[in-house]
Amino acid sequence: MTSSPPGPPAGSAAPAISLRGVVKRYGALTAVDGLDLDVPAGIVLGLLGPNGAGKSTTMRMLTAQSRADSGEISILGHAVPRASKRARALMGVVQQHDNLDEELTVRENLAVFAHLYRVPRAERPAAVERGLRMAQLTDRADTRTDKLSGGMRRRLLIARGLVHDPRVVLLDEPTVGLDPQIRQQLWGLINELRGGGATVLMSTHYIEEAERLSDEVALMAKGRIVARGAPADLIAEHAGKSVEEFLPSGAEEMAAMEAAVHAGGLPTRRTGSTLSVLRAEELPESVRADLGQGNRRASNLEDVFVTLTGERVE
Amino acid sequence: MTEQASGATAARTARSAPGRFEVAPVLGVLAREWALYRRSWGPTTFAAIVEPVIFLLAFGFGLGSIVGAIGGYDYIEFIATGIVAMSVLFTSMFPGLIDTYVRRVFQHTYEGMLAAPVDVRELVTAEAFWIALKAGVYGCAPLGVAMLFGLPPAPTMLFVPFIAFITGFGFALLGIWMSAVVPSIKTMDYIISGVITPLFLIAGTFFPLDNLPPLVQTFAAVNPLYHTVELVRDAAFGMDPLADLGHVAVILVFIVVAWCLAVFQMRRRLID
Repeated sequence: MTSSPPGPPAGSAAPAISLRGVVKRYGALTAVDGLDLDVPAGIVLGLLGPNGAGKSTTMRMLTAQSRADSGEISILGHAVPRASKRARALMGVVQQHDNLDEELTVRENLAVFAHLYRVPRAERPAAVERGLRMAQLTDRADTRTDKLSGGMRRRLLIARGLVHDPRVVLLDEPTVGLDPQIRQQLWGLINELRGGGATVLMSTHYIEEAERLSDEVALMAKGRIVARGAPADLIAEHAGKSVEEFLPSGAEEMAAMEAAVHAGGLPTRRTGSTLSVLRAEELPESVRADLGQGNRRASNLEDVFVTLTGERVE
Repeated sequence: MTEQASGATAARTARSAPGRFEVAPVLGVLAREWALYRRSWGPTTFAAIVEPVIFLLAFGFGLGSIVGAIGGYDYIEFIATGIVAMSVLFTSMFPGLIDTYVRRVFQHTYEGMLAAPVDVRELVTAEAFWIALKAGVYGCAPLGVAMLFGLPPAPTMLFVPFIAFITGFGFALLGIWMSAVVPSIKTMDYIISGVITPLFLIAGTFFPLDNLPPLVQTFAAVNPLYHTVELVRDAAFGMDPLADLGHVAVILVFIVVAWCLAVFQMRRRLID
């Protein structure tokens, strides 16, 4: 089930990132199962799904650190993995692991990657300064990395992947395991990438992160994209404007309420002992009379995700 | 970086065939090593110099006072040249084995580098090259100390850094290969005791091999370190050009084999 057909709309420029029928198996496990995904140039696309959906494998395949069993991948017109090094010179990658060099200073960490990303020698100092500003660590430039706080390290990690001003940026779970305050800071940093002209593919299992930062979201489950579109469009299409949550007194009442809502033509989802009615604004008065009054709230991407996959994300 | 710079990078990258081995990434990895070395040269240098010196003093003067001459040399001369080879083995094989393992498994350093335009061949080459450079320099330390104790200097000793470099390159690659073979850091004990110890003892480092059983002599002949020991002794006491070219050839073959093994196994570990 996809909200928009795979492939770019007719007449648009070639996508910055393109995956076609990509399959990756690990023994009996199929991590990525015929993935089709295009990321048009200049947008932030959030790849949203629970742990194990195949997001990280997809990210690794884009840097050629994981080789697809079949399918085609191309980044800025370079076939991956065949011409992957060329693609990687134009691409900035921020991985999940904090693999900063702790003995080195903030500036040195940036300088090392400016060199690895092949920024010409004469331009490296300027690239490093830009990285420092981006990470808001200009005043800490000569501090050893192991003296930084967790939030500072993450900012440096992101700036390190952007030090060469890449045209394509891959962010693999950029805020995983961080406390909410640091997450907010990083969202600000990632948000600044928008409008800079770069194409960003960000994997996340945080709904809020995907919703706030992405122009478009691709919902991934069991190695496939199950829906794709702007967050507001996806929500409108699959969950309507609002959701109403009811607390049935037991399994029987739950089943009865579900049946009533379904008879009215609306989808539901269960979360523990709560029954959520999607597109609650369309709930017929006759059904409402039977259900009583629930808690009304705005629909969100989680509703879409659970409805489409039966799985939960955070 | 400016638009222009982005274009320049792209143009430079596009000129080469997509899968080609490039020097730029090797230099990038070396630049990182240099930055790290500037932080850690103190302890590294201390260990690399003080350890062989202690060996030299202990064996040279301790055992040397009993042994006197060995294989036609004063024992201090014999042992000093042997310790050069031992020092090269230790300063290349241990970093190759342990540092590479730690960076790959615990620090995820290579995962980060391979996301940049660097491939496994370039990464392995650069890591081994850096280790070999250090081995080339530090390997000379025991010789210098031995000179203080009366080893007569010879012009051909200027070959020693080169001998130490190629040997260090080979053993760094061997260490990198083994770091990618061992399933866990605990199993490195098998390598350290089962591989490194016999390598450095059965090479003519501390005792001549002439009177040992044929099996041991055969092992020595295929042990690259034996050829290093022979080269260093010839550099110190008189070259034997034909034989020495043979020793160099063995070490070069060793480098090629170890490079292929290291790249193959590291690729298996780093790319799935």
